[in-house]
Amino acid sequence: MTDKTRLSADQLAHNFADLHPAYDRDEAVVEASRCLYCYDAPCTRACPTHIDVPRFIRQIQHDNPMGAAETIFAENIFGGSCARACPTEVLCEGACVDRTLLKEPVRIGRLQRYATDHAMENDLRFFEPGPDTGKRVAIIGAGPAGLACAHELRKAGHAVTVYEARDVPGGLNTLGIAAYKITTEFALQEVQPILEMGVDIRYDTPVDGVMLETLRRDYDAVFVGVGLGETARLGIEGEDLDGVWEALDFIFQTHTGSLSECRVGRNVVVIGAGNTAIDVATEAARLGAEQVTIVYRRTAHEMSAFAYEYELAKADAVQFLWQVQPLRFVGENGRLAGLALQRVQQNGNGRTATVTPLEGSDFDLPCDMAIKALGQTSLLDLLTNVDGLSVENGRLQIDAQTGATGAPGVFSGGDCLSKGAEIVDAVQEGKIAAAGINDYLS
Amino acid sequence: MKKPNLAAELCGIASPNPFWLASGPPTNSAYQVRRAFEAGWGGVVWKTLGHEPIVNVSSRYGAIDYDGRKVVGLNNIELITDRTLEENLREIREVKREFPDHAVVVSLMVESNREAWHDIVKQTEDTGCDGLELNFGCPHGMSERGMGSAVGQVPEYAKMITEWVKEVAQTPVLVKLTPNVTDVRRIGRAAAEGGADGLSLINTINSIMGVDLDTLHPQPHVAGRGSHGGYCGPAVKPIALNMVQEIAADPAISVPISGIGGIQAWQDAIEFMLLGAGNVQVCTAVMHYGFRIVEHLISGLEGWMREKSFAQLSDFVGHTVHAVGDWADLDLGYKVIAEIDQNTCIHCGLCYIACEDGAHQSIRKTEVPEAEFIAELEALSANGAPPKTAASTLQVSGGTRVLAGAGAGIVNRYEIKQESCVGCNLCSLVCPVNDCISMIEVPSSIPSMSWREYKDRLERGEVEPIEPPAHV
Repeated sequence: MTDKTRLSADQLAHNFADLHPAYDRDEAVVEASRCLYCYDAPCTRACPTHIDVPRFIRQIQHDNPMGAAETIFAENIFGGSCARACPTEVLCEGACVDRTLLKEPVRIGRLQRYATDHAMENDLRFFEPGPDTGKRVAIIGAGPAGLACAHELRKAGHAVTVYEARDVPGGLNTLGIAAYKITTEFALQEVQPILEMGVDIRYDTPVDGVMLETLRRDYDAVFVGVGLGETARLGIEGEDLDGVWEALDFIFQTHTGSLSECRVGRNVVVIGAGNTAIDVATEAARLGAEQVTIVYRRTAHEMSAFAYEYELAKADAVQFLWQVQPLRFVGENGRLAGLALQRVQQNGNGRTATVTPLEGSDFDLPCDMAIKALGQTSLLDLLTNVDGLSVENGRLQIDAQTGATGAPGVFSGGDCLSKGAEIVDAVQEGKIAAAGINDYLS
Repeated sequence: MKKPNLAAELCGIASPNPFWLASGPPTNSAYQVRRAFEAGWGGVVWKTLGHEPIVNVSSRYGAIDYDGRKVVGLNNIELITDRTLEENLREIREVKREFPDHAVVVSLMVESNREAWHDIVKQTEDTGCDGLELNFGCPHGMSERGMGSAVGQVPEYAKMITEWVKEVAQTPVLVKLTPNVTDVRRIGRAAAEGGADGLSLINTINSIMGVDLDTLHPQPHVAGRGSHGGYCGPAVKPIALNMVQEIAADPAISVPISGIGGIQAWQDAIEFMLLGAGNVQVCTAVMHYGFRIVEHLISGLEGWMREKSFAQLSDFVGHTVHAVGDWADLDLGYKVIAEIDQNTCIHCGLCYIACEDGAHQSIRKTEVPEAEFIAELEALSANGAPPKTAASTLQVSGGTRVLAGAGAGIVNRYEIKQESCVGCNLCSLVCPVNDCISMIEVPSSIPSMSWREYKDRLERGEVEPIEPPAHV
């Protein structure tokens, strides 16, 4: 068993403090005044949920944070989480025309947080359930896709029952994002208004194929938002050694208990260079790892982590080893002692380029903790017996306009469609499916 | 090139530069006026004296902010000096002795009584001051007692009091005009007829600054009640420029003008002077930022004069006065249309929506696929064209391509519909990018003629009626 963090509670609290402290009123108004109030705004188009960004910023500028929060939540009921965890540099802020004019985008994410925090702190509610339609919808998975779908369906007056395998709502939004970006408390608080819309939620209730068939019979429609399963196995020697972790298990521990109870090695290796790998590496550093190294088969150019995440990792003194691939985990007395790596050569550019091992380039990287951040496997086994459903390459196939699968009355959204995307994508897919279900039911 | 000479002279009052402090809170004491002169101000108009010190209220000022900028407009319900006449006169005497080359003008306001005016003029001039300014302008408080704008709104009173003052005054007399009238020229003419040596304008504008939405009190308030206050600051400049030009262009008025109203930057001051002011007075900007702003006023004026090869103020004062006239004399055959520089456009869409909803529906919006847009950029730069501004923002992060101005794979292109653009300027005014939208002169189907000429020619059958523009 990996040891617990050796950092004091104070030091941990400092290390896990807000990545970006909240704006106060004056800061928000000054930042808002930089917004040009574009027409047919690029930021709004770049947002997967199409939040009317110029409108909510103008509401902030004119001292109407409540109106701003309503504008945001109307399109994205997870607007507070997205304000914290969205990769804004490639979405709204990347599209901001102030990047051209002033070489610096309006800090839309932080302004969104200012408005949504205002709503949270004042316990504001903006939406009401619609008149009862007599229709009942089952939702599998209480992650952002499922709950966004549930929220929209309740607004339309349909009864909603959510089946959730875990004992908390919010899915990866609650448990799977670096705690210095979204705290567990915040994530749980943000879903309260959704639950208060009259969503019947059944925790600790995983759904299997048999139960899915039952749900299809008992409800008028079913939404599948099950997300993804465990991290893909490397299939190399030593993978079950004490000290070899999965990325999500590592992040989960920062949400399910106190930071002082979190386990972390002194010398941590993270395998993979996506955004989850960055979350893991930075959290390991913040939990007190003396050395954190990310190892990746390709180069910085190919990694799927956003530039901004890469900067975060570098600022936390995370080291990067490019163009190496794991050969085996090296054990010593049953515990992990190192990772055997081999240098590779990339043939061409881009993520589809093949790599060729370099003979004789093997070396051992000593570590007492290795965390696999290689993407998750599909959880779609429960769907294999359902007629009409189509799964390709581990992804459930849907109609992008309605969220409808090939099976009548079964809709889907979220990570089970994409192999892992952003919260904001899951919310939009939940919204689309809710509209599709609403049409299907009427 | 030689440094331009900024020395100013207004109805015989000389100052090292044309920047005076207007009568108001910044000129209430010798302490402040010394600091002002040391900072570089060319002259001051001392805060208005009366026979008896008045009693002020608390609070006194209100301001409007605009989208994050503070104090775009300011108003006040402060009255004339709250210090004794003796104290003020003693300080004026001291300051004038210490700063013989600077202009010290004293603002006066007493009851409408010949002896009272004679007395205060004599006592004031005994200090050695350079001139007097009669406050016929304050719209608040004093006007309820028959002074200030109560005088300045009635030509006969303005003329009569000016005459009383001129009966005894040895120094030049400026009359300060209120803008709270339908035609400022009528008061200006009356003052000139009464013997005024110069006119200063504008004084403050009647105003209520706002209502507090929590307390529902008017702003500013005194124990929950408000009073009409005098409005000033950058927001009033266009109103002041209009009145200064009207006075400057009036054939019945030939005395010099001291321009006042919202001057904050050197450009503002020059605009007043081009429209006829021999010097300018500043108050609100100093109340906001302090006396130090005069350094920027001086340096900006000097730089502009060098650039334009003006050696002294008289080279340009009044230059633009007669370029303003009746609408009926404007050339109907002059035509401009807007042109959008695609190279510097940032795709904000502000020109489009302003034209579409607020003007003449003459901008075309085309959705260009992002890939096509980027290919165009690359083709342009391959041909050696200057890179488009937005192109500098193109970056790849985590495998995602990001371009400012693009969203959901689309970049909006905005172009002028030349056939229907009426040349109103609106798009160029709202565009946030300097020089992105320019107004280009183009040939017009209408011959060069004013509306007056058009009416005559139409009557004589020499021209066809001008077709109304096409509308959507």
